[in-house]
Amino acid sequence: MSITSYNGSALIAMVGKDCFAIASDRRLGVNFQTIACDFQRIFKIHDTLYIGLSGLATDVQTMHQRLQFRHKLYQLREERNMRPETFASLVSAILYEKRFGPYFCEPIIAGLNEDGTPFICTTDLIGAKQLSKDFVVSGTASESLYGACESMYKPDLGPDELFEVISQALLSSVDRDCISGWGGIVHVVTPGQVVTKTLKGRMD
Amino acid sequence: MSKTGVNEVLSKGGFSFDLCRRNAMLQQQGAKLPKYRKTGTTIVGLIFKDGVILGADTRATEGEIVCDKNCEKIHYLAPNISCCGAGTAADTENVTDMISSQLTLHRYATGRVSRVVTALTMLKSHLFGYQGQVSAALVLGGVDVTGPHLHAVYPHGSTDTLPFATMGSGSLAAMSVFESRYKEDLTRDEGMEIVSAAICAGIFNDLGSGSNVDLCIITKEGKEYLRNYQQPNPRSYTRSKGYDFKNGHTAVLSTNITQLRQHVQVLEGDAMEEE
Repeated sequence: MSITSYNGSALIAMVGKDCFAIASDRRLGVNFQTIACDFQRIFKIHDTLYIGLSGLATDVQTMHQRLQFRHKLYQLREERNMRPETFASLVSAILYEKRFGPYFCEPIIAGLNEDGTPFICTTDLIGAKQLSKDFVVSGTASESLYGACESMYKPDLGPDELFEVISQALLSSVDRDCISGWGGIVHVVTPGQVVTKTLKGRMD
Repeated sequence: MSKTGVNEVLSKGGFSFDLCRRNAMLQQQGAKLPKYRKTGTTIVGLIFKDGVILGADTRATEGEIVCDKNCEKIHYLAPNISCCGAGTAADTENVTDMISSQLTLHRYATGRVSRVVTALTMLKSHLFGYQGQVSAALVLGGVDVTGPHLHAVYPHGSTDTLPFATMGSGSLAAMSVFESRYKEDLTRDEGMEIVSAAICAGIFNDLGSGSNVDLCIITKEGKEYLRNYQQPNPRSYTRSKGYDFKNGHTAVLSTNITQLRQHVQVLEGDAMEEE
């Protein structure tokens, strides 16, 4: 079994019209045994910048701590928040530094630029950046997520419609993956507000 | 320098090997290490009458999964030099970025236009130093004071200097087009036609390559980057209406709404006013 599927995970981010949504499952498992169903994989970096980390839970938490530390240093030095694109380069650099002994996590970065336009991006576990205009997925359920997003996604959705699409894509995909699921969490971010909803999912 | 703390987190560059022992231990216990994102690729380049044309497909794969249908494989190195990358995506991206930054500093120091051989030497010494572990296969092209140049760079650091070159998993398909159709002193239009035919040969005959054709034409007048020059594989399975979900369709357990404070910009005032 691959080390990235030790804990199980499912992550998506989608772009809407002047908004974005990022969603994940909430399961933490050890192979087929479930340990918790309120595990956090999506972290806030600042008001309009979020990162989701799929993969091995220990590396997810280490990466989050290091990224938060680096962002706080940046804030102290520059007296402003990082732009999503800058943050994506930072994540990529931190991962590529460990090219020959990597962290086992694949991040998804989603944020709003200063002009309110959304930015989403993913990298592999050694920091190969991939920018996207529609959606990005990651985690053990990624294959079914690709399929669900490819058929359900529509461009220029408003925040409410985007929430429904991303939730349905997530819920239907994790039902085809044994080691992710057990509820979900969705953040829909617009320039004015952040709506966070926890989803009712199958608990089997 | 202390081993832990700020110094370790803010390293000055170079690779860090501190997770290698842990990962080897996990591997020994039977955990499989995951796959990296690869660009199973067709990349090509040729020299024509006035310069160099580079071409690439736009598929990125992770195992058998296509993870990006329209990625960029022609990387910027200098205003007069570009480089196509095949192999592990992170390696091609980072190696070209690093050489690009070194070339910029070199231009500031010398005040001259970068030469293609300079980029070539930097690339091959880096790749040779890592003994093929940094798996980047590159087609490097550019025009400098000594004319147009095209080089193929292999992951172990060996290089070729050629009038036409192909790399990646689709290199054989692309080379067949070049071998049958390349001649000296091609015009720009002929060159573009042959390069896109070579990339299409890769797209349609190599499963690791796919989607669109990117071109980059470099002459001594400048660089022209034609992103998605051809799109021979448009999406054909879009539903006309798409799926419709009514608002409130998804079962929600809890909702939390956070209002964001708008950042106030002071347009008038004396705090930062000059004079």
